[in-house]
Amino acid sequence: MNPVFDAVANRKNEILKKALGIDYSEFELPGIAFDYEGMMGKTGYTLEEIRAIQAETNIGNTPMLELRNLTAAARALAGPGKGARIFLKDEATNPSGSFKARRAAMSCYYAQQKGYAGVIAASSGNYGAAVASQANMRNLKAIIVQELFDSRHVGQPEILEKGRISEAFGAEVVQLTVGPELFIEFLRLLDETGYCSASLYSPFAIAGIETLGDEIATQIRQKCGRDPDAVVITNAGGGNLTGTARGLIKAGCSNTQIVAASVDITGLHMASDKAFNRKSFTTGHTGFGMPFSTWPDRTDVPRNAARSLRYTDRYVLVSQGEVFYMTEALAQLEGLERGPAGNTSLTAAFALAQEMDRDQVVVIQETEYTGAGKHVTAQLSFAREQLGIEVRRGNPEEQIPGKNIIIPENPGQVKARDISLDDLRRSYCKNVLKMNNITKEQLTNNDIKFMAEDTKTTEDYIRSIL
Amino acid sequence: MAEEIIKKGSWVQIHYIVLQPSERADNVPEDTKQVPLELWVKGYLDHDASIGSSVTITTVTDRKVQGTLVAQNPPYIHTFGRQIPELLSVGKEFHALISKAGEQA
Repeated sequence: MNPVFDAVANRKNEILKKALGIDYSEFELPGIAFDYEGMMGKTGYTLEEIRAIQAETNIGNTPMLELRNLTAAARALAGPGKGARIFLKDEATNPSGSFKARRAAMSCYYAQQKGYAGVIAASSGNYGAAVASQANMRNLKAIIVQELFDSRHVGQPEILEKGRISEAFGAEVVQLTVGPELFIEFLRLLDETGYCSASLYSPFAIAGIETLGDEIATQIRQKCGRDPDAVVITNAGGGNLTGTARGLIKAGCSNTQIVAASVDITGLHMASDKAFNRKSFTTGHTGFGMPFSTWPDRTDVPRNAARSLRYTDRYVLVSQGEVFYMTEALAQLEGLERGPAGNTSLTAAFALAQEMDRDQVVVIQETEYTGAGKHVTAQLSFAREQLGIEVRRGNPEEQIPGKNIIIPENPGQVKARDISLDDLRRSYCKNVLKMNNITKEQLTNNDIKFMAEDTKTTEDYIRSIL
Repeated sequence: MAEEIIKKGSWVQIHYIVLQPSERADNVPEDTKQVPLELWVKGYLDHDASIGSSVTITTVTDRKVQGTLVAQNPPYIHTFGRQIPELLSVGKEFHALISKAGEQA
């Protein structure tokens, strides 16, 4: 109960409409459904146009690297004839050091076209840096709102670094303690400045990632003479997966398996002051991956363009210790110091390659720049010294997020653990009923058709699990 | 010790409480409800002032913001941390695996 905050919260729809310039109501269909492809089409940009817009600010055409030593290691562990070739899309070479530049490019281009004076992004991660960087090239001002500190004023080292780089790009960085009320401060700033909301989840931000999927298709065809058999994508809010999968589909990769990978931080509440710093990953984890895949429309836009269940063929989890282990292996075997983003999918891909045939190809879909605060040594020192979290070698199966970080004793202990897509789809269906406050009997055929599309299943399947 | 006066136009950081514990949203966990929502932001100081006093700054987007002055030219304090002995042998373990299996990179 705060009068200023309550007044802003009550004007949420009005503020967001002004700050994004999209009328989402035109895509709403009767019942629970909306016209997803209509909304994506309405971005008004083809793949060619997006490529041209991104080229103006030096984005894309990032290298596709073959990880020969990690492939050899996976083959040493795999059965006869097994061990796919492992490739990595080096997105760290984008301006600001991550694939998020692709998203930010479209938001900033849109803001410039529409005549906004600046952009605001709520991001504690690479997206903030990407928006700050792209805003410069489009002569826009930028404000980045970060959730960063616990109540002892201890900042997550990785987020401190994202704040630093955003300031290096000339942005104003607003830093907050833990809490979902950040969203109201974000709205208040949009209202005060009249800037454009550089939402991660707008149709054009997601469309910006389609070029990444398209480049993966082209590069793997060129290098291997085939389509990628599997693309492993670190999953949090779902945008990375959605955009990449859409790009792969547009490039004609109809048989490529889309694998989501998240770090397992089960048990650590996202909005808890005490739990906030006890996780060693700020994104790419189950704290975002689970809620966003099972209910995408929980963001700063009325309809989220990032809908990961629409495109996911398989979803696997890895542990924090395994990701640190594989991050170190990437540096020591391939001479690439990257991450943390992307190393979740690296870890999963190393395990999945061992199940696949030798002539098959698995792609790790992104990397990010590393540095102070983000590095393995920074995160493990912080966990051990600031929070008293136990760090040791051992069996990763014994991990308890927030209590210990267990670094595998040998490469054979790195696993990708499947989670049931059926369970996620059931959870999605429950959320559809709960959030719309309806019973399953009230769902129309059109609603069920939408739910089938939204979960990559069939209408019969939806009826059977309801 | 005399209080140091920070000059108008200096690059500073301010702090203020956005929400008191009693004003926090209903859906936040209990531990978060016990503490205020706090905010820090940087900008140019609008007038001479000392640390701890209430001030107004102008941010790089030309916003005027009021708060308590907490620092001048605040440092970046995040680091690479200490070496982690548990990770030192990781490269060796992978190389041993590859050569034992006779796999060629």
